[in-house]
Amino acid sequence: MSLYYTQKLLYNLNRDPALQAAYLADKDSVLKNYTLDEEELAALKKPDIGMLYILGVNGQILMHYAAMCGYAWPEYIQAMRDGLAKHGNVRAGIYATTDGKGAI
Amino acid sequence: MSLVFAGVCSHAPGITGRAHMADPDDKATFHAAFDEMRVALEATKPDALIVIAAEHFANFFMDNMPAYCMGMGQEYHGPIEDPDWLGIARTTIPGNPDLSQRIIQTVQQDVDLAYAEEWKFDHGISVPLNFLTPRYDLDIIPVNINCQGPPLTPLHRAWKFGEALRKACDAVPERIAIVGTGGISHWPATPDSGKINVAWDKAFLDEWQANDKDAMLRYTDAETLRDAGQGGFEIRTFIAVSGATAGSTAKVHYYRPIPIFAVGCTVGIVEL
Ligand SMILES: [Fe+2]
Repeated sequence: MSLYYTQKLLYNLNRDPALQAAYLADKDSVLKNYTLDEEELAALKKPDIGMLYILGVNGQILMHYAAMCGYAWPEYIQAMRDGLAKHGNVRAGIYATTDGKGAI
Repeated sequence: MSLVFAGVCSHAPGITGRAHMADPDDKATFHAAFDEMRVALEATKPDALIVIAAEHFANFFMDNMPAYCMGMGQEYHGPIEDPDWLGIARTTIPGNPDLSQRIIQTVQQDVDLAYAEEWKFDHGISVPLNFLTPRYDLDIIPVNINCQGPPLTPLHRAWKFGEALRKACDAVPERIAIVGTGGISHWPATPDSGKINVAWDKAFLDEWQANDKDAMLRYTDAETLRDAGQGGFEIRTFIAVSGATAGSTAKVHYYRPIPIFAVGCTVGIVEL
């Protein structure tokens, strides 16, 4: 579990258009610079926005990654709902949940 | 001179980025309220505007997160978000490093404060400026209070920061305006985006209007998270404005829950 580095990658992508371009051209070339486990790598590469939400990525970071991956706003919200339905509670971070209902 | 204007407003990215998806009356009335705030701000002829914001991991991350930071740059850039996503074109915003430095030095007498000579504005500042200084012709001094990555500064420190900021404004010859910007109850960027606790918002705004220090400092973060979502942590920006205007009441000129904007949309002005 390396939520910190998952979020740091997304933070860096959000700030740096050149890094975004490099990432979109060849994800592995960027991902190799971060300490990430298999689950995180899979969720980032797919991309599985719902799973990244479940892993605990802060929405203020995740919403920009979703937009960068081509998600329209309603699709992004739905992806998080689907993540909850499929994977259960958010596991870490300030959105951590215990009742399978998201942030409520 | 002193503080010539103080107010609060919302900053959610949907206000500009999803304006086309909103009910036309919601969009028109809220944007009009922002415009009235701009007119009121301009009437006070400020030399600089301090924006007390709650940024969202645009400049500050968990590798080195300041509780409080003030800009000391010659200029700033924003928005950091995709301009099409946010609905605001990228631009350069003028700063005033000399004024920043004098204010920072006075604030530091009471509250430790980080500074930044480089700052990319995110929607937390770019949305308010889009309405309040649309020509980007007023010197801006950005302030960030960490409301995103706990541990967060306690509410009583946000009040203290506001008081220190007021002292600093009173000590400079320039005419200073302050705008605090944050959500009240909201669950932004979650599956519950669009949920708004109107009763909680109204209770908090009543306390804000009355400059009721004890009531505003009473909230615990656990209560705020439960009743107002993680976005409710941004009440620190409103409380800082109240600390800077202790003893003055304020008026909420606009409040309406607008789910597509993901927040109870607010414009309030302190009666200095
Ligand atoms: Fe915010």
